[in-house]
Amino acid sequence: MRENLHRFFRAARGAGVHVSPAESIDAMRAVKQVGFSDRAILRDALLLTLAKSQDEKLALGDCFDLFFSQPEPRQDQPEASSDDASQDLDQSPSSDAASEAGEGQRPQELGALAQMLLSQDRNAIAAAIASASGAASLSDIRYSTQRGIFSSRILDAMGLQRLRDDLDQLTSTNPSLAERLRAALDALREAVRDTVSQGLALYAREEAESLRNEILRNAPLARIERRQVAEMRALIRQIARRLRERSSKPRKRQRRGHLDVRRTLRRNAAWGGVPFLTAWKRKHRDRPKIVALCDVSGSVAQVSDFFLLLIHSLHEVVDDVRSFAFSSHLIEVSEILENNSPEEAMAEIMSKVGFGSSDYGSSLVDFEKDFMSTLTPQTTVIVLGDARSNNLDPRADILRRISERSKRLVWLNPEGRLAWGFGDSEMPRYATFCSVVRQCATAQQLERAVSDIVATYQ
Amino acid sequence: MADQKASTSIEAVESGLAAQGYIASRQIATAVYLSQHIEKPILVEGPAGVGKTELAKAIAAWRGMKMIRLQCYEGLDEAKALYEWKYAKQLLYTQILKDKLGEVLGGAQTLHAALDQLHDFGDVFFSKEFVEPRPLLQALEQPGGCVLLIDEIDKSDAEFESLLLEILSDFQVTIPELGTVSAITPPTVILTSNSERDLGDALKRRCLHLHIGFPEQRLEERIVESRVPGISQTLRRQMVGFIHETRSLDLKKLPSVSETIDWARVLVLLQATELDTEIVKDTLNVLLKYESDIEAAAPQVTTFIAKAARSNVFG
Repeated sequence: MRENLHRFFRAARGAGVHVSPAESIDAMRAVKQVGFSDRAILRDALLLTLAKSQDEKLALGDCFDLFFSQPEPRQDQPEASSDDASQDLDQSPSSDAASEAGEGQRPQELGALAQMLLSQDRNAIAAAIASASGAASLSDIRYSTQRGIFSSRILDAMGLQRLRDDLDQLTSTNPSLAERLRAALDALREAVRDTVSQGLALYAREEAESLRNEILRNAPLARIERRQVAEMRALIRQIARRLRERSSKPRKRQRRGHLDVRRTLRRNAAWGGVPFLTAWKRKHRDRPKIVALCDVSGSVAQVSDFFLLLIHSLHEVVDDVRSFAFSSHLIEVSEILENNSPEEAMAEIMSKVGFGSSDYGSSLVDFEKDFMSTLTPQTTVIVLGDARSNNLDPRADILRRISERSKRLVWLNPEGRLAWGFGDSEMPRYATFCSVVRQCATAQQLERAVSDIVATYQ
Repeated sequence: MADQKASTSIEAVESGLAAQGYIASRQIATAVYLSQHIEKPILVEGPAGVGKTELAKAIAAWRGMKMIRLQCYEGLDEAKALYEWKYAKQLLYTQILKDKLGEVLGGAQTLHAALDQLHDFGDVFFSKEFVEPRPLLQALEQPGGCVLLIDEIDKSDAEFESLLLEILSDFQVTIPELGTVSAITPPTVILTSNSERDLGDALKRRCLHLHIGFPEQRLEERIVESRVPGISQTLRRQMVGFIHETRSLDLKKLPSVSETIDWARVLVLLQATELDTEIVKDTLNVLLKYESDIEAAAPQVTTFIAKAARSNVFG
């Protein structure tokens, strides 16, 4: 059963529950206390010790149900006819040897597996599959392409070779029995395939997910496929959560080091000014204020979408976000983003200003006219766009004024550095007024950019 | 005594808590049972008013132990949670002992010798006598063990969490001047959180994580039965059914168990025998705490009563 628990921990990790060695020790101790007899209590005990949030509890609960819906490899068999099957289990992983031993005991010409299949003893077959998958270390399965090899390994471990010999022999001696056996073998193959699929669902999720995320993180945002958009949104939410956790805590820490004489004296007035309690100067920290200007013309729109999603899911860290979208002219979109789901919001923004040919000059004019007053010395202005202004007047002078009024001006450009300044790109002219210009084409770059922006306020 | 009363089985925990008027679900009972046997704190999460704090009280009452409560808030620090030096007392004693001090140091020939004598003396002032124990230290010093309730841990700062780690995992604290103070009897620690802020992994790792949600209908009926004995069975069923319907609405704050109990008391006080639209509308403010919620629920009252009555017939 210890073995089973270890496998369960691995499955739990696959389900996205973080099980550290210390937690698995706790779970072991808990299980030792409650025993295995009552499945509901076992489930509660594992949920209590392993899962650390409501989401994890749900995931772990599902994982538990899936895991223990498999028969346990070392189950006792109620029927007497399955002696050799349970013996088979005792001697796994080398069940080939076991089947031979079974043959030795019974002077019949058929192997253990063939007998088991013909007797239609479901429990025994299920137990044999489970023990063979243990022998084939099914818990090591990682990718769906490995299904075939694991199936054949399990079948081998169950003694397929012997069964084939039996089949060959029977076809000549007893064709009808051979037919039955063949049908049973097909059913067995199917059962094994199901077991492997279940194993894949249990153990491979973690690896597969991290691999997929890794690919997704480095894929250019502007060119991801439609079916990946939902996954990307989930990934962005994950990034947002990570940023939130990282940056929401240390802000409260006050800096110690400089004595606040006035407050110290006042606090110690009761002891005649003898300073028992010291008061330290605090460093006032601003919460980030962000003004985001996002180009939503054609190629940049998707990146803007994810960027806005990220910024707006940082509520707890970022105090105040005003977002503006533009292509040929500029509008404020903060409310649209806050009141709608990301999909709806983006559709609405696109219908209002999207898909036009971008005109940075007139958009900047719009911003200066209506929204210049939103900028304070604490504001970080982020412009997201490719700076391709279709050869219209870039109005870099407005950008200079924006930069002067704000704390920082960050330009995120989805294009590679190589393309800046070629064709109608005005990036070099704008870059002179920006505190930072960086490329931002993938989720990873987006995360770094936003994390740096938030970090400047720490 | 704590050992005698340590529960022998999960059922014993259930009945023990029930005797104190706390009807625990199987999961809660398992958590309490496990926390006693593997000596781990329980971190209880869940919406407000489902009985997180009540659980600690019930455990204390059942096991006949003292309950020490530490209410967390922003800015709570170790001086208020753990221990503090009695500065005034230290000062007073130095003043009183001033003459004595002269005597002690008078015998010293050199500055060096005086300093040595002063060293011995200094330790006197940083001894147990001058430590003011706050809840956490008190909990460790209880000879018979106790129930330590750290309430609303999510309201405290992240640094305070780190302070708790030593207590939660080893049941000891380190006071620099005195050394390590270990618990005489490890206390039963209950932490509660409303998930206002994500707690650190280090803290979560040291605890059993128990989520108390809204109870099932049966369980809630039993809770009402034990807390408000005067209520008739039909009314109890109806009102619990009604509340379960209300929880399906999209409200700002869903009514939780404490509201159910309050409402049951109100209904008994008004001598209601059955739910009707009139009485529900009059008392809806007991159940719902926001004007907008009441407005959202009011039109549904009649339907909900009908539904609750129907489930009463079949259930």
